Amino acid sequence: MHELSLMETIRDLALNQAQSHGAARIEAVRLRIGSLAGVEPEALNFAFEVLMANTIGAGARLEIETLPAEWFCAPCARPFRAEDYLGLCPSCGAISRELRQGRELQLTSLELS
Amino acid sequence: MCLDCNCGQPQNHSHDHSHDHSHDHGKKHSHTHLQLGLDLLARNNELAQQNRQRFASSGLTVINLLSSPGSGKTALLERLAKDWAPQHPLAVVVGDLATDNDAQRLRRAGVEAIQITTGQACHLEAAMVQRAVAELQLNELELLVIENVGNLVCPAAYDLGESLRLVMLSVTEGEDKPLKYPSMFQSADLVLISKIDLASAVEFNHGLAHRHIKQVAPAATVLELSAKTGAGMEQLYGLLQQGRGG
Repeated sequence: MHELSLMETIRDLALNQAQSHGAARIEAVRLRIGSLAGVEPEALNFAFEVLMANTIGAGARLEIETLPAEWFCAPCARPFRAEDYLGLCPSCGAISRELRQGRELQLTSLELS
Repeated sequence: MCLDCNCGQPQNHSHDHSHDHSHDHGKKHSHTHLQLGLDLLARNNELAQQNRQRFASSGLTVINLLSSPGSGKTALLERLAKDWAPQHPLAVVVGDLATDNDAQRLRRAGVEAIQITTGQACHLEAAMVQRAVAELQLNELELLVIENVGNLVCPAAYDLGESLRLVMLSVTEGEDKPLKYPSMFQSADLVLISKIDLASAVEFNHGLAHRHIKQVAPAATVLELSAKTGAGMEQLYGLLQQGRGG
């Protein structure tokens, strides 16, 4: 639901960077999104199109890299993957409190011209 | 006055523009890849940390109160205002998309309340809280409650600088709410089950609800209460006292 406000942040960062590098256009915007970050790539795509219109980033590509959720089980002393918020270790069934990857919301790079 | 050439003439005189239009349109544009690695929530987290330091230096307990719309956040605060605030100075910052109805309700209950109307935003952010608390004398307070926008999705991602995250579900919402909105419940320090006076009317399964909460938020304290009858409120006040370090 807050994809629109996140995308406003992305647009502002991208336009600022493009301006300070003297770019004429933004060709591509790359994001890294954790699978448990609570945002939908589809909604991000929609917001991107709407918010980039009438800027030097109009028509730019949005490339989203999704990172899978990775937890760490303390009793087993090893990481495991689980795509839900419960973090149940598949080996011992303990509930992990340590989500090592999966909440990322990052503007990773821009392609400028 | 002409601002184009500082000639001092009135604005609408003509300039002789003789631009050299010799662009090379056949030339390939060079692309630059700019590595950034910017965390989109970094700014919010930074401001939240500033808030947290400010609250700590005022010796203040700050609750981020989260639930669906209509779970009874404002009713709980009205009760808190009546029973607890006379001995323990309390202020509320309340977020809604529109209207200041909640702030008015709280002021009628005798609490200092500041309304944040977010417009389109589905959640409060640390910057909004920072602006709102500038109106408060934090040193005179014991407890500050930030009543977030009624929403179990988006506010989970935004740290406001709170010391305690309190997530509430009412018995009328169903026992599986924690499983449907795990990211919200997972972030809770304290889970309140509200409107417990209606539990039998809606055949609320207490055991099931507690199991679901435990599954998603194993470390959270869980409390059942009713702002209407006062059931469970004493336990909440006890926890708030502990939240202040006894």
